[in-house]
Amino acid sequence: MSRTFASLLFASTVLAAGAAQAVDITGAGATFPFPIYAKWAEAYKQKVGVRMNYQSIGSGGGIAQIKAKTVDFGASDMPLKAEDLTAAGLVQFPAIIGGVVPIVNLEGVAPGKLAFTGPVLADIYLGKIKSWNDKAIADLNPGVNLPAEPITVVRRSDGSGTTFLWTDYLSKASPEWKQKVGASTAVAWPEGVGGKGNEGVAAYVQRIKGSIGYVEYAYAKKNRMTHAAMRNRDGQVVQPDDSAFQAAAAGADWKGTPGFGVILTDQPGRASWPVTGASFILMQAKQDKPQNALEVMKFFDWSFANGARMAEELDYVPIPGPLAKEIAAAWKAQIKDGSGKALWN
Amino acid sequence: MPTDAAPATLNAPMPFDRARARRDPVPPVRRGAAGGWQDRAFERLTQGFAVLVLATLVAILVALAISAWPALDRFGLGFFFTNTWNPVTSVFGGLAPIYGTLVTSLIALAIGVPVSFGIALFLTEMAPAALKRPLGTAVELLAAIPSIIYGMWGLFVFAPLFGDHVQPLLTATIGRLPVVGTLFQGAPNGIGILTAGIILSVMIIPFIASVMRDVFEVVPPVLKESAYGLGATTWEVVWNVVLPYTRVGVIGGIMLGLGRALGETMAVTFVIGNAYRIRAGLFEPGNSIASALANEFNEAADPVHRASLIALGLVLFLLTFIVLALSRMLIARLAKGEGTRT
Repeated sequence: MSRTFASLLFASTVLAAGAAQAVDITGAGATFPFPIYAKWAEAYKQKVGVRMNYQSIGSGGGIAQIKAKTVDFGASDMPLKAEDLTAAGLVQFPAIIGGVVPIVNLEGVAPGKLAFTGPVLADIYLGKIKSWNDKAIADLNPGVNLPAEPITVVRRSDGSGTTFLWTDYLSKASPEWKQKVGASTAVAWPEGVGGKGNEGVAAYVQRIKGSIGYVEYAYAKKNRMTHAAMRNRDGQVVQPDDSAFQAAAAGADWKGTPGFGVILTDQPGRASWPVTGASFILMQAKQDKPQNALEVMKFFDWSFANGARMAEELDYVPIPGPLAKEIAAAWKAQIKDGSGKALWN
Repeated sequence: MPTDAAPATLNAPMPFDRARARRDPVPPVRRGAAGGWQDRAFERLTQGFAVLVLATLVAILVALAISAWPALDRFGLGFFFTNTWNPVTSVFGGLAPIYGTLVTSLIALAIGVPVSFGIALFLTEMAPAALKRPLGTAVELLAAIPSIIYGMWGLFVFAPLFGDHVQPLLTATIGRLPVVGTLFQGAPNGIGILTAGIILSVMIIPFIASVMRDVFEVVPPVLKESAYGLGATTWEVVWNVVLPYTRVGVIGGIMLGLGRALGETMAVTFVIGNAYRIRAGLFEPGNSIASALANEFNEAADPVHRASLIALGLVLFLLTFIVLALSRMLIARLAKGEGTRT
């Protein structure tokens, strides 16, 4: 009996020692960038052997978890303000840029055929425009056959950065929306049914005829949904794709904004997509687990350098090279272990 | 335990006989003899389990009340009677989810109880012997299906069928009637309170039906046969003999189903539409307490938001208590009616 016990003890110490080599890093937060983080994690595991486990529970959940230190990094589509970052002791940097698109379910309307403006979308979501053949929509879409059906508005039931980008844009486009509802990860929606997650909104819009919703572009593309075009600030009607998102991100002042917290909605530019946004990563500034923090930074460093093609396949915009260098400099300056020594070099 | 007592017996304590103890010294304790410390230990252990359950219940109640306090403090009792849910301005009032929970559960009972009763009746009184076992198993299998599967079935299969074919029909027929008609208004997209209620009813039918069938089966045959012998029809036997005999079990089964319907989360959240609205029309989207918690709890970073959600959880907890108390009162009143208890 003692021999079995001894061999079991030996085996368990060997396993424990072996497990200590590969540090798994965990992250949680936004559903918006989930497809690309999952793809990067898979490639990273194959190339480097470290597993990154990401749970898309929503931006608010990601912020809560990183504040509670239950994960190694949090992901949020809504950037935290400088004072919130210092108060919580967090470091923030962007990881990917993408767009939110309106999706519709209308018979006979092909993807990209329907065009909206910000004020019209705000009125639809406020419940002021109730029917598809309303004059405001018909004026924007002269050649499209719009039925006299009521519009079913679909939005998110959970808190989400995608919602933050959408409501931020609607607040910029419509003063009434800004005053009545405002912009946040969760708002008091005047209208509509709520789906859980991007998947929930996509499912509802696919089921309900005559519905309109908003999802992150990768979901719309993957599920082959009927997205709509939008008229941007410069008056051009643009289709959503990565060149439109890139145009929106082009003029942003990353370095000048604390925590890289630039909001990319309603950016100027002829080709800019109005509802673009970056998704941010949050890490603790003072690290209790320096090895995990180092692995997180290595993962993102690798993804910035090698993950551009994967991002473009999913129609995200990867972080441009100069910005990646700024981010590395921020890691070196801000993320320290318990004794105050910088972790990144 | 006094050290100089006689070896353990379960009987009443005997007066200590010193002379006898000197004559017959203490014989060795025989394990497995009539009782002893094992029985006492067993009694303490089971008592401990029961107390643990009670303590857990009280602990949950206290934890909920403490966590919900910030919201109750800010909004007062009006929290339960106002309909507003604004995370941006941090103003919350839980009437819409409470209303949605109650209405969907009522719809589930209204559909589920008669159907379960019919199933139980058929299985005990009218089914041919060959059909009893498979049908009974099928009903029990329905109970084993995970609730998220019901939610997905509801969203992908039931809601489109319901919205495309049944809802327009209902709006065109019953929707025209003066008072009842207002219940059947709303956009026919298959998502709403009525859909959630129907799916809940499908989920609670197996529970209620199994319990009803089990209690119907233990009715002594002599009672039923006496009634048949007097010339009663099947319906009269069931209504006047079987049901009164089994009423405790039947009500217990219904309360079990109601408890499940009140707390059901995933199946409801897929099809209820998650809108903080109270409208008369049953086709309109609404919200339920469990659905609101499932959707928003993860991301509720604002302390008032979180406290408001926990206050809703407290309401659900108390609702279950009230349902249980009502069922006990109902059973007591029925027992009083037939004179077995005053």
